[in-house]
Amino acid sequence: MPVQDLKGRQVWQRRSGRESLAHWVMWLIGVAVFAYCWQQISASTTWFFVWDAPRIANDIWTRATPPRWEYITQLGKPIWDTLNIATLGTLFALILAVPVAFLAARNTTPSVYLVRPVALLIIVSTRSINSLIWALLLIAIIGPGVFAGVIAIAIRSIGFCAKLLYEAIEEIDDTQVEAITATGASRWQVMAYGIVPQIMPAFAGIAVFRWDINVRESTVLGLVGAGGIGLQLSSSLNVLAWPQVSLILLVILAAVVISEWVSAKVRGAII
Amino acid sequence: MLRLEKLVKTYKTGDQALKAVDLVVPEGQVLALIGPSGAGKSTLIRCINRLVEPTSGKVFLGDINLTGLSTGALRRERRRMGMIFQEYALIERLTVMENVLSGRLGYVGFWRSFLRRFPQKDVDEAFRLLDRVGLAHMADKRADELSGGQRQRVGICRALIQDPALLLVDEPTASLDPKTSRQIMRLICELCNERGLAAIINIHDVALAQMFVQRVIGLRFGVVEFDGLPDALTPDVLTTIYGEEDWEATIEKVDDDSEVAQ
Repeated sequence: MPVQDLKGRQVWQRRSGRESLAHWVMWLIGVAVFAYCWQQISASTTWFFVWDAPRIANDIWTRATPPRWEYITQLGKPIWDTLNIATLGTLFALILAVPVAFLAARNTTPSVYLVRPVALLIIVSTRSINSLIWALLLIAIIGPGVFAGVIAIAIRSIGFCAKLLYEAIEEIDDTQVEAITATGASRWQVMAYGIVPQIMPAFAGIAVFRWDINVRESTVLGLVGAGGIGLQLSSSLNVLAWPQVSLILLVILAAVVISEWVSAKVRGAII
Repeated sequence: MLRLEKLVKTYKTGDQALKAVDLVVPEGQVLALIGPSGAGKSTLIRCINRLVEPTSGKVFLGDINLTGLSTGALRRERRRMGMIFQEYALIERLTVMENVLSGRLGYVGFWRSFLRRFPQKDVDEAFRLLDRVGLAHMADKRADELSGGQRQRVGICRALIQDPALLLVDEPTASLDPKTSRQIMRLICELCNERGLAAIINIHDVALAQMFVQRVIGLRFGVVEFDGLPDALTPDVLTTIYGEEDWEATIEKVDDDSEVAQ
């Protein structure tokens, strides 16, 4: 009880005695756990390498600068591939995510007990595996190249898009759906008139947001051979061509900044 | 024309919203449904077009028993029942025209409606209706740009373009200011007269109901407590419907001439 009666005076404190004790003990336990963990990590760290780190980092920095600018002529196609992987992957993902979202949303699913769990399973399973791992799997199946990257990005994005979209579907205003139903419209007409206009802003937002994420993800797909600028990055790293690596990182940075600018503009225009 | 026989609705929670309601609405009669919140007014009109599935009982529109219909047949019958909502229930992101034309969805196939290629005579009718309610110049505006009264007019057009025999009107004025409320009520009743439509209007405002309708039904706990002329609503009657309260001020006749319709 924060309010106490002390010699006829109402005294207010934020916490009662027992509460503040419990609070203090909690902090003590937290600090103790932190200290213990620190000790464990410290024991299994080779400190020589850590003390050495600034020197090595400085060494790499001097090797990497200035970037090898003339190498940019060879980067045009890979970065274009990367953007294509992101864009096509997002497009495929959206095409597949829309039906999944309608099957997963409580108010549109044909069956809550049969269809909805399947749709949710699709969402969870595609979301839980990183696109890099999807790419590794797909390269084994359909061979290395841009197409594997596109499919990897697409699969990874289905769950994300479908989840956000089905949440948007569940939040729609039901009276608008009622109104369309009351006119004698068919199931599909109710969907096209009652539901779709309500989720369009969410859909557009999700699409550009995911595209923006996918530009970033597709830059690394090349590391495992799924096409795009990551391929150049991994081969440059393998031959320790640091000036090329730094140029590639700059190009990726530029691409990401541009994609973020585009998606911010598009989202601004929608909302 | 509309006949309810022992209509019962019990919700899953066990609440009995309607207890064996019997009601006959003749052709062209406009009636008001009054009663306290939770009396089952909304449930009653939603049971008629089966937006809410009645538990038992029958609803006859003409000679057809609506409660026994399959999905397809129900859709065809719903075209004959226009519905108007409290919060307008317009599709906010579509234009006024699209909202009005959405009343024709029951008559038009999916692809035609999806591509917005409605028959020209539907479009003509939409313009005629919008002109009738004074919104012809708004056809291209988005629904969410309109004011409350304007939105409700669009809602009325959407219901009328169905070419219905019956209007189901759920609290048409609850979100509107007093003056707009009267204009909307007047418009609904005028249009019903012009077209010979029957209408069931759920309404909280007893004085407003008395001003415009030919018959009043009082509902309390899912039972019809009163059925008679608007003038027969005495303080005693209102007490049986709503409970104890001073009713004199509510029933007071309001002068209707001071107002100019826009």
